[in-house]
Amino acid sequence: MDGTQFMTFHDLAYDAGKTDFQRKAEVIGVGREGELLEVAMGPQHPSTHGVFRMDVVLDGETVVKLKPVFGYLHRNHEKIAENTSYLGSMPYTDRLDYFCSLTNNWAYALAVEKLAGLQVPERAEYIRLITAELTRVLNHTCLAGFLLQDMGALGTPLMYAFREREKILDLFESLTGARMMCNYMRFGGCRCDLPAGWLAEARKVVAEYPKFLDEFDALLSGNEILMARTQGVGKLSAELAINAGITGPMLRASGVDYDLRKVDNYGIYSRYPFRVPLGDHGDVYDRYMIRMLEMRESLKILEPALKDIPEGPVVDPKAKLRGFRPKPGEAYGRIETPKGELGFYLISDGSPNPYRYRVRPPSLINLTILEDMCLGQTVADAVITLGSVDIVLGEVDR
Amino acid sequence: MLGTGILKGMVETAKNFAGSYHDPERLTTVEYPEQRIASKENARQFPFLVHDTEDPMQGLRCVACQICEKECPPQCIYIVKSKDKRADYKGQMQLYPVTFDIDLSVCMSCQICVEVCPFEAIKMDTEFELSNTDRFGGLLVNKHQLAKSNEHYRKIHPTEAAVSDDALAIEVAKAKAKAKADVEAKAKAAADAKAKAEAAAAAAPVGVAATAPVPKPSAPAAAPAAAPAA
Ligand code: SF4
Ligand code: SF4
Repeated sequence: MDGTQFMTFHDLAYDAGKTDFQRKAEVIGVGREGELLEVAMGPQHPSTHGVFRMDVVLDGETVVKLKPVFGYLHRNHEKIAENTSYLGSMPYTDRLDYFCSLTNNWAYALAVEKLAGLQVPERAEYIRLITAELTRVLNHTCLAGFLLQDMGALGTPLMYAFREREKILDLFESLTGARMMCNYMRFGGCRCDLPAGWLAEARKVVAEYPKFLDEFDALLSGNEILMARTQGVGKLSAELAINAGITGPMLRASGVDYDLRKVDNYGIYSRYPFRVPLGDHGDVYDRYMIRMLEMRESLKILEPALKDIPEGPVVDPKAKLRGFRPKPGEAYGRIETPKGELGFYLISDGSPNPYRYRVRPPSLINLTILEDMCLGQTVADAVITLGSVDIVLGEVDR
Repeated sequence: MLGTGILKGMVETAKNFAGSYHDPERLTTVEYPEQRIASKENARQFPFLVHDTEDPMQGLRCVACQICEKECPPQCIYIVKSKDKRADYKGQMQLYPVTFDIDLSVCMSCQICVEVCPFEAIKMDTEFELSNTDRFGGLLVNKHQLAKSNEHYRKIHPTEAAVSDDALAIEVAKAKAKAKADVEAKAKAAADAKAKAEAAAAAAPVGVAATAPVPKPSAPAAAPAAAPAA
């Protein structure tokens, strides 16, 4: 089977010119209809994490072909951003990966700061680090819950995960005003300072979190059914992962030591020692465990950061809210979001709107490899493989 | 031994199940709408317009500058400026909005209008129970529905409102000082002009006073210098 195949606009037009029979004959192979079954999973399938479709061709229960179909949630994010001011795109970035709005904000702010040459004050750097790591914990908690939901552990793990997630969302709400659509970072800092008592609350949540992780580990990580279900499923080799441009926990689960927090040293990550967990099988179980371990590492960063945070301003006094026009140029800002490398590429022509605005979404690029991971496995395994990629359709389709 | 992992997991579930009857840590849900969790101080839902006086329409702080209309990312604000002007909270003559509509079905609660408004005129409310049977008209709110008093703002966002009140108080003080200074400067200018004319008349024949500093009409410090010359 050749590499991943996408449904492009060209394909669609090409398909449209054919009769249904011709198209089917091509996909399935003439003479084998009746033996192979073509199933469209999604876009309303409960396990597709949003409006995502997989066209799978099955031989019995084995996947022989899988075509991911994107675009149901396309909202023209990039073009809209080219038509609003730089500030106006900030709330739209919340809606890319709606679990991780604060890291999206940060990536975009970083790109604009590079473009406009703004300096981020010390306190704002700390707030960014803290909120980003809290976001990572939140995202991985949810992912663990959803992944187990996909495996058929209905309810319980997801509810436990959501119970903990709520605590972090409460922190976000009291800081930014919104639970999910935070719209908090600004070019050259953050929108507002921490409210009174926030740090104490955050310290409490961080101090209590390991208890939940222990509970979750006891509940599931050693569970024999989970292991039987996930080990050796959806394998991805390190070589293929690198070639396909996979980033984030997916890449690290395949054993490649690549974390932008270490590689790029953006923000103030160099001040806090933390380890990058690596898997060695690249299967679904490794991807699950990587996330569990990453949460513990994040907590290790959070604990001292919440103590060290200095007083001071939270935004560069040079940064302008109204009439912001960076000088002509281009910039690429990228950070390690919980899902992988999120990058924003901006070209400015000196006007209030970006001339070009491009997002490099980790979810989309991690998803392109789906067929290679699923071939030869059963349909049920395809479902959990998709779950382990950790996608959010808002970011895939933009 | 095979199965220990499962048993360990079961123990966790049992603990949580038992705990959900007595341990407040495990009782995480409330029965909305009978029970409610108080919203956070910073919480934001949809914008409202702040007014200062008894009559909401007279006291709107908004001066219809249309900055928020321009900056609102999904373009859900619609403003029509007035033709005439009226005095604002610090006595300056300003325009006011004849129409100020926000389409709440489009608004994404981003707070950008609040941030860009230079007049502390638009703020975020915490009201979220806005369900309506009229899908289009019901969520298109006009300035009468949007106007809420500053007391309301103080109640829902005390910290923020204090900062905003301070900023306005400074503005008012500045405006007062400026008005006072204007009046004084005018009087001074008149006095100075008079003094200068007298000085010129007195100095012309003597010739010495010509080297004396020429009093600037608007500089108050120059006035005493002019007095001996006269
Ligand atoms: S709300 Fe503020 S920004 Fe908007 S028109 Fe009124 S004064 Fe201007
Ligand atoms: S909150 Fe955002 S979307 Fe809503 S009116 Fe203000 S600027 Fe527009």
